Amino acid sequence: MPPVLASVPTFALEGVDAREVTVEVDVRQGLPVFTVVGLPDTAVREARERVRAALLNSELEFPLQRLTVNLAPAWVRKAGASFDLAIAVGVLAASGQIPAAALRGCAVSGELSLGGALRPIRGALSIAIGCRDAGFERLVVASEIAPEAALVEGIEVCAVPNLSRLVDLLHGRWRPDPPLPPSRDEPFAARELPDLADVRGQADARRALEIVAAGGHGLLMVGPPGAGKTMLARRLPGILPPPTRDEALEITRVQSVAGIGAGRLATERPFRAPHHTISAPGLVGGGSRPRPGEMTLAHRGVLFLDELPEFSRQALEALRQPLESGAVEITRGQVSLSFPTRVLLVAAANPCPCGVGGERCECGTIARERYRARLTGPLIDRVDLVCQLAPVAAASLAPGVAASEGSATVRARVITARERQAVRLAEAARSPSAARDTPAAVPSCNAELGSRATRELAALDRRASRPLGEALDAGVLTGRGHDRVLRVARTIADLAGADRIAREHVDEALGYRATGAGRVTA
Amino acid sequence: MSASCCDACLRRGYLVGLLAGRIAGLLDRPGCRPGGLLALEDAELAMAVGGEGTDEAIDFLGRFEPRRARADLRHAEVAAICRHHDGYPALLRDLGDPPATLFCCGRVELLAAVDEEPAVTIVGTRDASPYGLDVAHDLARGLAAAGVTTVSGMALGIDAAAHRGALGARGATVAVLAGGPDVAYPRRHRDLHRQIRESGLVVSELPPGQRPYRWSFPARNRLMAALARMTIVVEAGESSGTLITAEVAQDLGRILAAVPGRVTARVAAGSNRLLREGAPVIRGASDALDELFGVGAHVPVPLSPADVDPLQRRLLDAVEAGLDVDAICEFAGVPVNEGRAALARLETRGLVRRDGLFGWEPARTRR
Repeated sequence: MPPVLASVPTFALEGVDAREVTVEVDVRQGLPVFTVVGLPDTAVREARERVRAALLNSELEFPLQRLTVNLAPAWVRKAGASFDLAIAVGVLAASGQIPAAALRGCAVSGELSLGGALRPIRGALSIAIGCRDAGFERLVVASEIAPEAALVEGIEVCAVPNLSRLVDLLHGRWRPDPPLPPSRDEPFAARELPDLADVRGQADARRALEIVAAGGHGLLMVGPPGAGKTMLARRLPGILPPPTRDEALEITRVQSVAGIGAGRLATERPFRAPHHTISAPGLVGGGSRPRPGEMTLAHRGVLFLDELPEFSRQALEALRQPLESGAVEITRGQVSLSFPTRVLLVAAANPCPCGVGGERCECGTIARERYRARLTGPLIDRVDLVCQLAPVAAASLAPGVAASEGSATVRARVITARERQAVRLAEAARSPSAARDTPAAVPSCNAELGSRATRELAALDRRASRPLGEALDAGVLTGRGHDRVLRVARTIADLAGADRIAREHVDEALGYRATGAGRVTA
Repeated sequence: MSASCCDACLRRGYLVGLLAGRIAGLLDRPGCRPGGLLALEDAELAMAVGGEGTDEAIDFLGRFEPRRARADLRHAEVAAICRHHDGYPALLRDLGDPPATLFCCGRVELLAAVDEEPAVTIVGTRDASPYGLDVAHDLARGLAAAGVTTVSGMALGIDAAAHRGALGARGATVAVLAGGPDVAYPRRHRDLHRQIRESGLVVSELPPGQRPYRWSFPARNRLMAALARMTIVVEAGESSGTLITAEVAQDLGRILAAVPGRVTARVAAGSNRLLREGAPVIRGASDALDELFGVGAHVPVPLSPADVDPLQRRLLDAVEAGLDVDAICEFAGVPVNEGRAALARLETRGLVRRDGLFGWEPARTRR
């Protein structure tokens, strides 16, 4: 048999994107040695054993010749077992067991079991997107993850259960059933979300939550332990508008890469509540083999930081830039990765170290001042609203008390407000002046407006601007807080269905704004 | 300025400053009080510090140049008043060890005034509760409205609240410092120090530029106790330095009073004990004025009510009652969005302010 060279395209995950990797297999006369080169990690090197066993157990031939596998580009580190299938196909092609022409326009990705079955891998959606963008027509993956890959349009996904079926497919002796992408019209209430009707009282926090959902602003909830801060935060995804298809794809992609996906299109926004002992890399992503952090897992959803002052300073500092830009860049060696981090930030804190607050607080000045400094330190400029939770009164929990407004009603108002924003933002995007200074590519809600866009889109008439001027004069508002109050006022006006921001909207925004300058000592 | 202090007293003042570090060596043990050390004559004091300190002190006494010292004082904008001068408060002579010289920044006339118009010393813990801070603040404010000078030590917590209360009502206030009068200690109170120098008086036993020593705090406390006819302890723990002031006040026959705290609060353990031992109970400025001038003799001027509409009145009452935002809005009978908006308007007008992170409180420092 003459020495034959085969090359098979596959994909490696880089962050939430997929990079094309070509697996080259060279089979020639010589001692039966199986070498893998191209910066493989241990899992990739172990592919030799899996490939050999899988081929033999599938009643295919494993050539007793000198086998060299190269993973190109050679300088990128390769990790994981997802190259198994490409190596096996390469060996089959190089040893003439499958027609090389059958591989044209086709990429493969999968892990092999010793018995020859294809195993699911992480990031199927990313790989399918990478595959389509690289101009391939077909992608071969394990049956389990085919529906996820099939969410991508413009590429044929072949769901293959094992190696023998794959050989049949490449010989044209078998065709897999096209995988059924989950129906796009699937009702969004697929998963039971906690309902706002469960929360009794807390009018202040409910109002703040609605504003936050409508405008995408950052929220800090302050209240004693047991007041229901976590309970309220968990209900935020249920009052946010359901993700659009593009957003759902982004959410699914992240979940798939992190290995926490359900294998189908996400129907609700994620809610992540990392514990306060989390490290900075755990929060924003990182590690020697960069993995998405909690922020990325909360992309297009809610990131809830309970006990905000207990988080390490490094972790909170690390949050700032990704919150601003909507993505985090992580550089390791020669590779620079980008993870999306567009989240709605909700934080919670006790009013003071003892947690009681108000008249019954027993904390000393020094302890309270220290606590407050931690709280208002690095993140307060990302918080647009502060709301207050009262200890739950026994009366409001008694049976027979009328149930509170449910999530569906609030969500309807939020969606209406978001639609008003969308129309306005779309108009602004067409005029060249507005979008220029926004940090995000296209703002999708009031909170993402740049300072110039804020002044243009949240313009005030003289009557409405009076409270702002007075607050500035009285020294209770800083210039920096001015724009944030405007953005929140714009959202409040959107909720009220008003085209122009009125004075009461500005007043309410002022009432909810976060202050770093509050007082502890007399 | 030169007439207000004789050369010998000035030399004495600077001698204490020179030996402050040496005295620290003798006294810097927990529980140690300056005792009779400061009552000693110059030469005896020089001998008392011993060793190199004695030589240094004797050398200093021989070559002290009053003219240069006075030039330094002028440069630092510090006035020196000695015990032989009319501006020196007679009340201090009740002490066994009155300072020879007081170094002052600000309105020097306030010093002698404490003999004619009684002053009140307000002291308490540095690590005070919000309740203690509010009481100290309101007490000083009420006293200021009645024309009574507030004396305190410019420390963190109660002391600062008392000074701010008096300043807020444009009243007279005297800060007695443990370091030089021009040294803002603690540093965090630089602004307060400046304000007191501008509209009140800062006074110290130590010459300008001197840092405080551990012994100089109890030494300062004896001056605070002596300067006022009445000392009010707002919040003091069981082993608080505040109780030194209280003890001295009692020894000098001054009125010693205390503000009741919660019986379970550690910060109020010492002040509550004083009450148990018979100190008069102070619930506010009028109680203090009753103690000072006799019941009903001196009525404090009521604080001016603000011009507000009925809704704002209800909101202010609810804020005053310490309610949370939900309860404030319920009390005022408005939905929470309108309540938040109305509170923001009151904040802009300076009638309420944010209480740290936990909701709202009445603004006491304004108007």
